[in-house]
Amino acid sequence: MKPTSRALAAALMAATAISAPLAARTIAVEPGDGAQERLQEALILAEPGDVVELGAGTFALTDGLSLDVDDVIVRGAGMDETVLDFTGQQGAGEGLLVTSDNVLLRDFALENPKGDGVKSKGADNIIYHRIRVTWTNGPDENNGAYGIYPVESTGVLVDGSKVSGASDAGIYVGQSDRITVRNSIVEANVAGIEIENSRNALVENNIATRNTGGILVFDLPNLPVMGGGNVIVRRNLVVANDTANFAPAGNIVASVRRGTGVLVMANENVLVEDNVFENNPTAHVMVIAYTQPFDDETYNPYARNVVIGTNAFGRGGDDPQFDGKDMLLAAFGGSLPPIMWDGISEMTDDPGLRVADGQAGWTLGLTEPGQDFAAARPAPLQAASPAADFDMAGIGAPVELEARLR
Amino acid sequence: MIGRGVFCLAVASFIAATGLARSPAPVNDDAVMEGTRRALSEYNFFTDLAGQQPNFEVTPYRLNMPLYSDGAEKLRFVFLPDGKSLAADGEGLLQFPVGSAIIKTFAFGEGADRRLIETRLLLHRADGWLALPYKWNEEQTDATLALAGARLEVERPGGDTISYRVPNKNQCKECHGLNGAVVPIGPKARNMAHGWLAQMVEAGALDRMPEGADTLPVWEDRADADAEQVARAYLDVNCAHCHRPAATASNSGLDLRWEQDGAIALGILKRPVAAGRGSGGHEFSILPGEPDRSIMVHRMDSVEPGVAMPELGKSTVDPDGVAAVRRWIEGMPAS
Repeated sequence: MKPTSRALAAALMAATAISAPLAARTIAVEPGDGAQERLQEALILAEPGDVVELGAGTFALTDGLSLDVDDVIVRGAGMDETVLDFTGQQGAGEGLLVTSDNVLLRDFALENPKGDGVKSKGADNIIYHRIRVTWTNGPDENNGAYGIYPVESTGVLVDGSKVSGASDAGIYVGQSDRITVRNSIVEANVAGIEIENSRNALVENNIATRNTGGILVFDLPNLPVMGGGNVIVRRNLVVANDTANFAPAGNIVASVRRGTGVLVMANENVLVEDNVFENNPTAHVMVIAYTQPFDDETYNPYARNVVIGTNAFGRGGDDPQFDGKDMLLAAFGGSLPPIMWDGISEMTDDPGLRVADGQAGWTLGLTEPGQDFAAARPAPLQAASPAADFDMAGIGAPVELEARLR
Repeated sequence: MIGRGVFCLAVASFIAATGLARSPAPVNDDAVMEGTRRALSEYNFFTDLAGQQPNFEVTPYRLNMPLYSDGAEKLRFVFLPDGKSLAADGEGLLQFPVGSAIIKTFAFGEGADRRLIETRLLLHRADGWLALPYKWNEEQTDATLALAGARLEVERPGGDTISYRVPNKNQCKECHGLNGAVVPIGPKARNMAHGWLAQMVEAGALDRMPEGADTLPVWEDRADADAEQVARAYLDVNCAHCHRPAATASNSGLDLRWEQDGAIALGILKRPVAAGRGSGGHEFSILPGEPDRSIMVHRMDSVEPGVAMPELGKSTVDPDGVAAVRRWIEGMPAS
């Protein structure tokens, strides 16, 4: 940076530092009697630029909360200090609903929401920073569905957060664009992190453990936002995802096999690289086509241009939740190779899956989406090496969101 | 432009016919147009607030197919500003001029036992619609603004006591939100009685009879109506304000509007997306011929947060609504 522009930047920063506190009000809300009404009223009366500051302690809540004002910060005293307790919740489909843009949520927890934890819908440029959502009784099909749930939004940053016990997905980003999920811990959910019908997502530096499946990337038919892709899953610790599936039947994640590390289904341009996998008993990495019948001309059920780069694969694939697992294990010498492909590709001349040299895999040898497992012809995977560097341009949350966290 | 005099005359004759007293005090236009008033009485929508007797500028209406809210009785009114009228827009919403208001009071109990619970206002201002909830006091003399909503014990006509939820200001928008703005949802041309529309045209309060409008079945006459028509109308009125494109539940891909005719969009053989435990172990929103295996029925039949649909304004199941949807699904040929 040239001296003149540096001086200009410094002046701008100084101006911001002076003006920001003057413009913004801080609305403090403490736990105690009437917390529901007092907190909700603060969220309604907040104006753009305001901070709603949640005191330390437990807020006993009876209904969902909602925020519909742009540019508001909701800040607690810490994800273990400020707890929004929804154990007594009687209404609404989530603990906190955000429907406005440029919102920053940080340093507080939600416990035992009856439906979803925090849902943000059509809420662009939202940041979740050190937000904890916990269902305190552990895995249970009666727990709510999603912990952190941004949907239909452009610009999503989830950082340093923690979700456990979700009966669907801990962190679920759906029908969105420009996403980063990082530095977070997802534990004992059905799915740890789920990127669905979304584009330009970066999932990095997370710990996914004791879920049924660690990190899921997929597309579903018949949704308003279609065509997911451009997803990078890198530098995550995907370890011991061994919890029995406790999702209610009917949900797409109810079909996820216990012990899945990373699952890529019906998505394009996905890179899985530099992750550490250990003790995922079905498969460390699974790449498959959508299996159900569908009626949606805009839907592509195939996995396309999925690249499995170099990852650290430890023990795994030693208790796969498949029919005929004993035969499979015997055939592969006691455990399955870390990468599992269903064998289904959209085009015969392009397998849709490329694997870095030295990364072992196997294929089910299926040929059509939805084909019966009985038709499988398991065999060692012979995949081509990645053809070129993966195009990372435009993937991840917009850089302006980073600046808000500093 | 239609003069207030003509409208007043017509409304006055309507009021005379229904035996209501006439008051000379007009509605407080300033309150409708700006600020937030603490008390419902400040708007002067009523000559007798507790009796819910409307001002001479305020016209009651009813809906063919009402929205269920824990069995509450609802008293509905519209206010149009001086010299302005409604505009017909096909079978969609009647278009309200800036300065108008829609007033809906929720009550439980009959006759002398009737308790007014809340009055919700939709005020059409220069910058759009504003939704405000007012909660009635114990003495039943006035209602005060309840921005954060409330939860209160209410005894229903059947004798059971429920925990009734007065929505907060944001929750109003969850049902009334479309493309990020607040809009009315009830007064669609197809859901208004033909006679009422004609009367409004005659009074100069509606520009013309809505053309090409379907008419939704009248709820009380549902036993004699076509099962599909009844169920579709019920879903249109009770669910489609969220389950439609650009509204609160758009991400579900479920579109329950009357004008939708795609089977999957309506839920038929549609798999759940973000239903979580709301799926109840079922695979499809609607499984033809199998209401007991349909997520839609399961969620309508529940009051458990996280399962219950609708998510808001529901402390009790609407047994008649569930029955109407069941009847429709039962009659579908199994696939």
